[in-house]
Amino acid sequence: MTTVSQDPPKAVTRRLGRGSASHKAKLDWTGWKFIGPFMLIFAFVLVAPVVYSIYLSFFKDQLVGGNSFVGFANYVQVLGDSKFWESLGRVSIFLVVQVPIMLLLALFAALAIDSARLHFPAFFRIGIFLPYAVPAVVATLMWGFMYGVRFGLVANINDFFGISLPDPLSNEWVLASIGNIVTWEFVGYNMLLFYAALRVIPTDLYEAAELDGANHLRIIRNIKLPALRPAIVIGTIFSIIGSFQLFNEPNILKPLAKNTIVTSFTPNMYAYNLSFSGQQYNYAATIAIVMGVATAVIALVVQNRGSRKEV
Amino acid sequence: MKIRSTRRLRRGAAALTGVLALGLALSACSSAGTSAETGNADDIAKALDTETTITVWAWAPAVEQIAKDFEKEHPKITVKVVNAGTGNDQYVKLQNAIKAGSGAPDVAQIEYYALPQFALSDSLVDLKGFGFDSFADKYTDSTWNSVSLNNGIYALPQDSGPMALFYNKAVFDQYGIAVPTTWDEYVAAAKQLHAADPTKYITNDTGDAGFTTSMIWQAGGQPYKTEKSTDVSINLQDAGSKKFADTWSELVEGGLVSPISSWSDEWYKGLGDGSIATLTIGAWMPGNLESGVAQASGNWRVAPMPTWEKGQAASAENGGGGDAILKQSKNKLAAAGFLQYMNEGEGTQTSIAKGGFPSTVADLNNDSFLNYESPYFGGQKINQVLVQSSKDVVKGWQYLPFQVYSNSIFNDTVGKSYADKSDLNTGLEAWQKATADYGNEQGFTVKSGN
Repeated sequence: MTTVSQDPPKAVTRRLGRGSASHKAKLDWTGWKFIGPFMLIFAFVLVAPVVYSIYLSFFKDQLVGGNSFVGFANYVQVLGDSKFWESLGRVSIFLVVQVPIMLLLALFAALAIDSARLHFPAFFRIGIFLPYAVPAVVATLMWGFMYGVRFGLVANINDFFGISLPDPLSNEWVLASIGNIVTWEFVGYNMLLFYAALRVIPTDLYEAAELDGANHLRIIRNIKLPALRPAIVIGTIFSIIGSFQLFNEPNILKPLAKNTIVTSFTPNMYAYNLSFSGQQYNYAATIAIVMGVATAVIALVVQNRGSRKEV
Repeated sequence: MKIRSTRRLRRGAAALTGVLALGLALSACSSAGTSAETGNADDIAKALDTETTITVWAWAPAVEQIAKDFEKEHPKITVKVVNAGTGNDQYVKLQNAIKAGSGAPDVAQIEYYALPQFALSDSLVDLKGFGFDSFADKYTDSTWNSVSLNNGIYALPQDSGPMALFYNKAVFDQYGIAVPTTWDEYVAAAKQLHAADPTKYITNDTGDAGFTTSMIWQAGGQPYKTEKSTDVSINLQDAGSKKFADTWSELVEGGLVSPISSWSDEWYKGLGDGSIATLTIGAWMPGNLESGVAQASGNWRVAPMPTWEKGQAASAENGGGGDAILKQSKNKLAAAGFLQYMNEGEGTQTSIAKGGFPSTVADLNNDSFLNYESPYFGGQKINQVLVQSSKDVVKGWQYLPFQVYSNSIFNDTVGKSYADKSDLNTGLEAWQKATADYGNEQGFTVKSGN
């Protein structure tokens, strides 16, 4: 989340710098007036909370003994906390499996709609995008009911075909079931991201390619995919952030699967439960910061690698 | 693409501002209320004759009505009843308000199991200061014991939940099963029922901290001990705990309990269609059955809780709670007046009328209460069974001063045993360890094991 939002101020300073080079003395404040309101809100809703969380993470407030400064002790504790690593491992598996599946599906859908070979492309576009318009909470509840092995869709399928599907909310399957929900929710969004990138490719490139005798696959490989690279990088970064911040879906499914979705199922759930049911605000803040840094680093790496290849 | 990032951002920012707000409040000096923490009946009467608004956090259905009646009697007092969530949801908010130093109500409903957490962290007013310790004889031993902590009285009991065995007589009759009086008979009945009809189970259980602790209580276990308010010992492998876990594991491992969570839609359905044949639960259950499982009217009966030794009656409390006055309150005298009205005075009758099971001895021994023939239970005088249970509650039970958190991680640990259908003792050991770790983390001196 930090990577995404830190871009604007950087861009702003660059622009300001250029301005002051040409008209030396008086111009400086004009730019600030424009971005002032944004900076204020930005400072209030983002910088201040982050700074405050960092401040919190250096303290330890106990039910017995009160508040005390502990330096980096919380960070040391996080690094040795098996529950934290387990939850991080879980979202990492989620990331490695779910994100490629989702992005490939989205890519396929975008290419198909862009290919001009579909009837009613608008119908497909909206149809695939629609789940994104369903709030995550509602979507999860809906899927939660479908996953029910006694009264849900799974139960109906079992009854109808006389089979016995595994319980989607059992220990082995629950992560995949959550992945399914997230994929359902976000394929459309990523598809739209890719589709928008495809639409800005100049059509004369296709004409030229056809004149040179390129077939459709060739056009996809040599024109469309390279043009899509920035969009894919963006989609990947957002998905990484989304995976690491996984919270809504497991937290809402928890009442239906309380023995398989533990309170430390994902890092965010762990931090949430530590602070709101365990009153360990300081430790929760530390986890949030460690996760924020980890996410930022991985997102940066992906961004750098992605854009390097582009050149 | 913007949409998603802003959505994520917003979520992150919201969480962070939450932390920020909490933290800010944390550092703000807690402006202690100026109102007295002690006072006699005259002081309370005077306070009730002064324009005051008091806030009450409660989810018990009777409280709204009690507040209205109270306002009629004391027109200068306005009682604002807020439902801040049931049980744990409310405790989270309450704990946050306490931490914040402001925002807590004057009076709050707190269940017995959660009371030590708030009392020992010095968040509640010792009601001895108002002379409420003189009410001791008015309440049952078990409920009074639950509110007497650290030589103080930290709440007035409102309701209680002595346990009993609620069973579906229609199902028992259909399969010719005798009503179990011991836990061994109960296990036998479970097997017999499930063998006769695989869709039917003796009960449902997916792991419930409240149920587990109550069962250990009845078995004579005393896993939690707190001395000097910060010296805690936890032993979920003491004789009573083991006795419960060994027997109950047999049911869990054998797949003899229905994997349906209590209070879910499926649960009500199962209670109605006979697929969940018994519930061992607190005496507040009849009202829930009547409203939630109306279609099974006439099928259910109440029997004493099965025991570990044949013929030796024993029971435990399950749920139930009282109301406490917060240290933060600026109107403690008026709050005390309301509290007394609600849980010692006329309010108790309203509470009983709304389905609460009383904790007051006079009401429990009231003839019309004892001889009430419940139509839902086929005319059975259920209160006789339930009142007897309140007398048989095993003495000496204590909850942890961080029971709320401990219960919140029950399913992380013991839940595994349920999910794998394996020995509950392993789960209890894991629960004990996680709980002890938390206690030490919070500055308690926790002795884990025996």
